[in-house]
Amino acid sequence: MTALTLSRLPAPVLQALARPAFLIGGGIILMSTLFALFPAAFAPYDPLAFNYAAIQQPPSLAHPFGTDNFGRDILSRVIWAYRIDMMIALFATIFALLIGVTAGSLVGYHGGWADTIFGRCVDAVITFPFLVLVIAVVAMLGPGLINMFVAITLVNWVYYARLMRAEVMTQTAHDYVSAGRVMGYSSGRIIFRHILPNAITPVLTFWMTDMALAILLGSSLGYLGLGAQPPLAEWGVLIAEGRNFIFTAWWMSLCPGIAIVLTGLGFSLLGDAVADMLRPKG
Amino acid sequence: MSGLIQRESRENALPETANRPALSVQGLSTSFTKQGRDLKAVNNVSFDLAPGEILGLVGESGSGKSITLRSLIGIVRPQGRIDGSVLWKGRNLVTMNEPQLRKIRGREIAMIFQEPMSSLNPLLTIGLQITENLKAHTSLGRQERQKRAIELLDLVGIPAAASRLDDYPHQFSGGMRQRVMIAIALASNPELLLADEPTTALDVTIQDQILRLIMDLRTELNMAVILVTHDLGVVAQSCDRVAVMYAGRIIESGSVGTILKAPQHPYTLGLLQSVPQDQPPRTPLFSIDGTPPALDDMPTGCAFAPRCQQAQGTCLESAPDFSLVGSGHAAACHILETARPSLGENK
Repeated sequence: MTALTLSRLPAPVLQALARPAFLIGGGIILMSTLFALFPAAFAPYDPLAFNYAAIQQPPSLAHPFGTDNFGRDILSRVIWAYRIDMMIALFATIFALLIGVTAGSLVGYHGGWADTIFGRCVDAVITFPFLVLVIAVVAMLGPGLINMFVAITLVNWVYYARLMRAEVMTQTAHDYVSAGRVMGYSSGRIIFRHILPNAITPVLTFWMTDMALAILLGSSLGYLGLGAQPPLAEWGVLIAEGRNFIFTAWWMSLCPGIAIVLTGLGFSLLGDAVADMLRPKG
Repeated sequence: MSGLIQRESRENALPETANRPALSVQGLSTSFTKQGRDLKAVNNVSFDLAPGEILGLVGESGSGKSITLRSLIGIVRPQGRIDGSVLWKGRNLVTMNEPQLRKIRGREIAMIFQEPMSSLNPLLTIGLQITENLKAHTSLGRQERQKRAIELLDLVGIPAAASRLDDYPHQFSGGMRQRVMIAIALASNPELLLADEPTTALDVTIQDQILRLIMDLRTELNMAVILVTHDLGVVAQSCDRVAVMYAGRIIESGSVGTILKAPQHPYTLGLLQSVPQDQPPRTPLFSIDGTPPALDDMPTGCAFAPRCQQAQGTCLESAPDFSLVGSGHAAACHILETARPSLGENK
C-alpha cells in the first residue's frame, strides 16, 4: 500500500492500523501465512526425513527446537504444520461462515415458519458441548482432515447463522429496508445488497476469533487421532507424538504447543483490531 | 407551525376532487393476531384520491395512520392480515401477489419515510441508491441513469448535484437527506407518493422547504400525495383534503377548509383547539384528557366516547356510522353538532 492510498483511509481505520494489537496480530498472521504458503523456504530439514544419528536431541544450533524419537527436526515439522493448521483455520470456518451467513440472513429477514424450524435446529445443536458433537460426527464419518472439516462445518455454521440472524433482524427494522421494499426491490436484492453489508461486521469479527478456536479444535482432534493423521506434521499430532516422552524430551510437545498459542493469539489480536476498525464511530 | 392562518387562501386553491379517483380505498382493515386474538390496527377505512390531489391523514400516535399507508402497498410487518380493497387505477392491490406488487411499488407508487437518517442505506453512495431505483424500474442505460440521477437531485434542490453523487448519506444534513429520499422516490415518475410524516424529524424551516418541495412536485408532475402527519399546521399548509383518524378508523374527512373552519367531530375539534394560536405566553395549552384505547381493549361503542365531553348513552352502546354531514364532508359521531361554534370565532 502506498502512502497515497493509506492517507485516503478514514481516520478511525488509520488509528486502528497503528494500534499494537493490529501490528502484533497482523505480524503473527502474516508470518503464519508465509510459513503456510512456502514451508520449504523456511524449514531447514525435510519434516519427514528420519535421522537415526540424532534421536531426541535437545534444542541446539543444528536443531533449534530439538529432534523427535525418529530424529526428525522439530522446527521443520512445526513449520510444515503451519500449512495444515492454517488450512484448518480457513476450511473449518469458511464454509460454516458462508452457510451460516446465507441461512441466518434468510431466516432473519423472512421470519415465519422457517425461522421457527431454524430456532429448533439451533437449540438442538447448542444443547451439546461443541467438541462432543464434533467428535460424534467425526466418529460417524471416520477420522481424517476432510471428515474433520465436514464435521466442524456441520456444527459450526449454527453459530454464524445465529449471529447473522440477530443482526439482520435488527437491520430489518430500519427504514432503509422498508424503503427498499417500497421501491419494489426483490427480497434477494434487499437482503444481500442492502442488509448484508450493514450486518456482516460482528460475523467477520467472530470469524477471526473462530479461526483461532478452529486451530485449537483441529489440534485437539489431531491429538485425539481424529483429525490429521501421522506422519503428517500437524501441531496436535506433534504434541501427541511427544506425550510419551514428556519427561525426557519435553521439547517435542512444547514447541508445537507454543506455535498453537502464538497463532491463536495472532488471530485474537487481529480480530480485536478488525472489530475496532469496523465499529461505527460517533 | 402556525400554518392555520393560511386556511383561507388554501380554500380557494381546492381542485375539483370529484374527478375519477386514481386510488379508491374501500373497507380497508389491517389486523394482527396476538395470542389468538385479532387486533384491528386499521378498521374499515375508506377514501378516494384524485390524480394530483394531496390528502392529509391526521391522528395521534397509534391511531393507525402509518399502518394504513403501509397497508396500501402491502408492506405491513410483521405480516398482518389486510382485508378490503385498494383499487389503484382499477386494479386491486390487496389481492395482488408479491411479484405483481413489486412492479407497482417504486414505479407507480413511491413512499418516503419519517426518519431521513435511517431510510437511506448508510453504506451505499447517494448516486448508487438513485441509479439502483432507475435500474429496477426503467430501461435507461448506465450513462443515462447517471444523467437522470443528477437531474433528480437538481429537481429536489440539492446544490452542486453532479459532485454529490459519490457522497454517502452521513455527509448530508437531515433536510438534504429527506430531499435525497424524495429524489429516489421520484426516480421513476410515480403517480402517487405516500409520505409517512416526512417532516416530523426536521426543524421548522426545513419542514417548510420540504412541504413546499412536495407541493411543487405535485403540480409539476401531477402526482397524488397521501401525507401522514400529526401536525395540523402541515395539513393546513399543504393538503387539499384531510382525513382524521382515531383508533384505526377515519372519524372525519372533508376539504381542509371545511374541516378547519367547521369541524363536526368532537375529536377533530379537540385537535384543533390544542394547536396554540395567538395565545398570550404562559397560558396552559388545551389538551384532550386521557389516551386512545389500546388495540386489545376497544370499547363497544364509539372509540372516542371515554374521552369525549359530550358523550351520551348511545355513544357507549354503539359505534356511530360514517355519514355525510355536508358537501364532501363526512363524520362518524352520534351527536353531530352543527351549531358548534367554529374555531375562528373561538379565538
